[in-house]
Amino acid sequence: MQEHDTSWVRTEMALAQPAPASVRGMGAWVRTNLIGSVGDAILTIIGIALVVMILPQVINWAFINAQWTGPDRSVCATVAQGGIQADGWSGACWAFVNAKFGQFMFGTYPIEERWRPILVAVLFVALLVPMLIPRVPRKGLNAILLFLVLPIVSFVLLVGGMFGLPHVETSRWGGLLVTLSLSFVGIAVSLPLGVVLALGRRSKMPIVKMLCIIFIETVRGIPLITVLFFVSVMLPLFLPAGVTFDKYLRALIGVSLFAAAYMAEVIRGGLQAIPKGQYEGADSLGLGYWQKMGLIVLPQALKLVIPGIVNTFIGMFKDTSLVIIISMFDLLGIVKQNFSDANWATPQTARSGLIFAAFVFWLFCFGMSRYSMYTERRLDTGHKR
Amino acid sequence: MKHIAIGILGAATLGVMASSASASTLDDVKAKGFIQCGVSTGLAGFSAPDDKGDWQGIDADFCRAVAAAVFGDASKVKFTPLSAKERFTALQSGEIDILSRNTTWTINRDTALGLNFIGVTYYDGQGFMINAKKLPGVNSALQLSGAAVCVQSGTTTELNLADYFKSNKMEYNPVVFEKLEEVNAAYDAGRCDVYTTDQSGLYGIRLTLAAPADHVVLPEIISKEPLGPAVRQGDDQWYHIVKWTYFALLQAEELGITKANVEEMKASDSPEIKRVLGQEADTKIGTDLGVSNDWVVNIVKAVGNYGELFERNVGSGSPLKIARGINALWTKGGLQYAPPIR
Amino acid sequence: MASQEILREEPSRGSFVNDPKVRSLFFQAVVVVLLVAGVWWIAQNVIANLTRLHIASGFGFLKGRAGFDISESAIAYSSDSTYGRAIVVGLINTIIVAVVGIITATIIGFIIGIGRLSQNWLIRKICTVYVEVFRNIPPLLVIFFWYSGVLAVLPPPRDSINLPFSSFLNQRGFYFPRAVWGDGSWLIFVALLVGIAMAWFVARKAHQRQMATGQQFPVFWTSAALIVGLPLLAYALSGFPLSFDYPKQSTFNLTGGFQVSPEFLSLYLALSCYTAAFIAEIVRAGIRGVSKGQTEAAAALGLRSGSILRLVVVPQAMRIVIPPLTSQYLNLTKNSSLAIAIGYPDLTATAGTVLNQTGQAVEGVLIMMAVYLILSLVTSAVMNVVNARMALVER
Repeated sequence: MQEHDTSWVRTEMALAQPAPASVRGMGAWVRTNLIGSVGDAILTIIGIALVVMILPQVINWAFINAQWTGPDRSVCATVAQGGIQADGWSGACWAFVNAKFGQFMFGTYPIEERWRPILVAVLFVALLVPMLIPRVPRKGLNAILLFLVLPIVSFVLLVGGMFGLPHVETSRWGGLLVTLSLSFVGIAVSLPLGVVLALGRRSKMPIVKMLCIIFIETVRGIPLITVLFFVSVMLPLFLPAGVTFDKYLRALIGVSLFAAAYMAEVIRGGLQAIPKGQYEGADSLGLGYWQKMGLIVLPQALKLVIPGIVNTFIGMFKDTSLVIIISMFDLLGIVKQNFSDANWATPQTARSGLIFAAFVFWLFCFGMSRYSMYTERRLDTGHKR
Repeated sequence: MKHIAIGILGAATLGVMASSASASTLDDVKAKGFIQCGVSTGLAGFSAPDDKGDWQGIDADFCRAVAAAVFGDASKVKFTPLSAKERFTALQSGEIDILSRNTTWTINRDTALGLNFIGVTYYDGQGFMINAKKLPGVNSALQLSGAAVCVQSGTTTELNLADYFKSNKMEYNPVVFEKLEEVNAAYDAGRCDVYTTDQSGLYGIRLTLAAPADHVVLPEIISKEPLGPAVRQGDDQWYHIVKWTYFALLQAEELGITKANVEEMKASDSPEIKRVLGQEADTKIGTDLGVSNDWVVNIVKAVGNYGELFERNVGSGSPLKIARGINALWTKGGLQYAPPIR
Repeated sequence: MASQEILREEPSRGSFVNDPKVRSLFFQAVVVVLLVAGVWWIAQNVIANLTRLHIASGFGFLKGRAGFDISESAIAYSSDSTYGRAIVVGLINTIIVAVVGIITATIIGFIIGIGRLSQNWLIRKICTVYVEVFRNIPPLLVIFFWYSGVLAVLPPPRDSINLPFSSFLNQRGFYFPRAVWGDGSWLIFVALLVGIAMAWFVARKAHQRQMATGQQFPVFWTSAALIVGLPLLAYALSGFPLSFDYPKQSTFNLTGGFQVSPEFLSLYLALSCYTAAFIAEIVRAGIRGVSKGQTEAAAALGLRSGSILRLVVVPQAMRIVIPPLTSQYLNLTKNSSLAIAIGYPDLTATAGTVLNQTGQAVEGVLIMMAVYLILSLVTSAVMNVVNARMALVER
């Protein structure tokens, strides 16, 4: 009687069945992702048409027909234009980029001294990479080296004039060297300045608050070009006779002030998102203003706005290209300046040079944005409200 | 206020120079050990960096001549490339000591901008250049009605252009850029039919085009463009040094003193040559000026006389091959004339 | 009693130095003193510099004769006009490029933004590539790319590319026929205005009827018929007064017709492409910010997908979209100052030329800053009004 017939009860789990044919495999993927409906199918056709129209041309131009090396313009010009290519040829002139690569990187930095920016770049990468990888220990020491020691060492190395290094004027700097050094110093200056401005804007002292608001809103209301004009044309008249600034330093001041105003707004957003309880908790513990901000509020606020901060950095990195307007030659400026070299003037030169510059800018900006996404995920403590 | 505070902070931390104010430019220059010379961002024959980044051209050499007069060493000069927009403020603010940047001398610049032009190192005039291959049959500026004209903004050129077309009742379409390189690129690419600037500039620019032989400079000269170096107002001593450096260059040519023979000339019998070269006993010409007595020797040794400077940079010794024309000495039918050094 | 007395006693105060009010007052006083001193110092320096160098000052120069020509001007301008007018011409050019740029960027941005959320894998990827490319390169580079990379290599005027409707494209720009309105053409404009007014009236009535009775009325087709039909009718009645001025080949250029310069084109295209990438991201975030329940509820009510988008998703998404969209519009307006790099005569360029011709740097830069500041404030104000109308009316 105890022995019921239990044969209808499964004693082991049923094996998972493969998904129905309609939702797996290539076919299903294509069905859901490309031709889900009539409209979708039409869009897909348009998309394919676009890709087919553009992609082969781009690949042809950038790789297959491209000229990688050559002594002068003749490799990149058609016979009619005085070159060696067949008429109707169109391809990238990477030979131009190749020939001018040194200039694109360093400007007219003296050739025998170029080891100096290279050394700075190596040091920078050597310090930056461990800083970016969370697992590497000794972050504090690393940060001190990167943000305090490296700038001094770089300054000595790049400017020279001491320890037996010949002096190199900033007017001879150029190319990626200017772009990167301007952005790095600009970032290092604008972040603390932005924090101060943001705190000032949320201050309870009406005068301080008003001044910060006026500064932030004025700078945000005008284009960077006018700020650069301001520092390059007007600043000299604001100073006593005879006191002058290096042009590079002026650009640095302009870019940093500009970025600081945007940074302040991003950080203010973070400060506003911190619940009042945190401020009150800090007060009740008897912390002073700077202790409260430094230990409780800012660490939380800055973490919240990392994407915004990185976006401001990216914006600033892109904005350094505007120094071309006050006749400094950053990467874009030097590329553009070389278009006028009669040795390389062909219809393809401008395009090739600009695409090279675009690629370099893109690499840095894309890298920064991806790293920010990664950090955001890593720092996400999970109690987002 | 923030600007200044941060600026000063930046200057202090980065240690970039901020020379203190001083009464005299000469003392300043002597204290820092070099002359800061404002030049163009690149105009062949006047001021343009060569492959090594050294500045070449009449304007650059003129600054070297002043350095030679002041220091006895032509290398004690640093160049600041300036756009048309920046050039005057750079001089006004003391960023540079001499503006030697193919700048036209006008009354407005003398009176309203706080500049003092020291003379005319190059007599120029505005002209037009066209691509003769693309525009056959055009051989006078009066045929240019309806053309697109490339011009650099903020120059006297831009104003003369407007006046010329207006007074000849012709239409044109201005294509204006900030920088010379941009104007060059646009003209070379065919964005405009006509390029207008100082004639000397046109010859220099023609060399940098893709096919120089296709381009011709039209015969018309539509303006007077006396180009010369300028200094700040209010410092007569410095003004005199720069002005007499220019006259010394002319005087040397007039007397036949060249880079090659200047040492022999010191022993010349001619009292005039001896006086100019500071070989007279108890001469005070140089020291009264604020430089050493052998200043003319230093200048000529460093850059040669005016004729040499001209031929080397824009004349027969250069790719530009510009004839002396009105820039010849007055003795040879030109306009270059120096008051006596005595 | 005793306890009450204790309560009434003044709380014990710390040192005067630690009183937050006193500290704040002291700190602000220091700031004010520093600020005043700094401003005074700068003013002294400026005055000293200007007098020492004999530089003219004041805004009187604005009335002087400009003496230079400007290639593109929406209002009458010649070299005889004043410096002040030259700056106004620049300002108008800035506004023109900003307005058309904003419109185009918004359209491209919405298309790309919606495309990034498409079911369609290919479209999604194409839109992603677009956004990632344009977001990460400087706008100035995009401008140069259009100018030197694309438009400068077009054929010279003699070999212009012929486009439909007698339009031409060459390295001097884009030429198309210009409409010349003959006598009686005012009737067409009146008809257009009447058409728009009637369409608006019809839409209002239809909305009221739908609210009251639930019956719908084909508003779109009626309005289209009114707006297009009435002017056409007027055109026919007034005896076809419209003719066209076609671009023709002359010695140097194409003349006649309407010319869009390559400077304007490249600035406009670059600003639109660049800003569209940012707008796309904003639109995507906005649409994703509308909860899925809304879409599902709308579907459950039996609305079609187009109606769901139009009536349910977009109005809610707009609330999220508008504030960041405003700052993108401001950015585009500010970025239009990059025109100076390619010679489009915008505010920065003309004010810069004036600054250079008169040598009055302080006044020139101040004018530039003030005008951009006003433009920004006006744009923000307009968008704030739009935002207020869109905002969620909470119970």
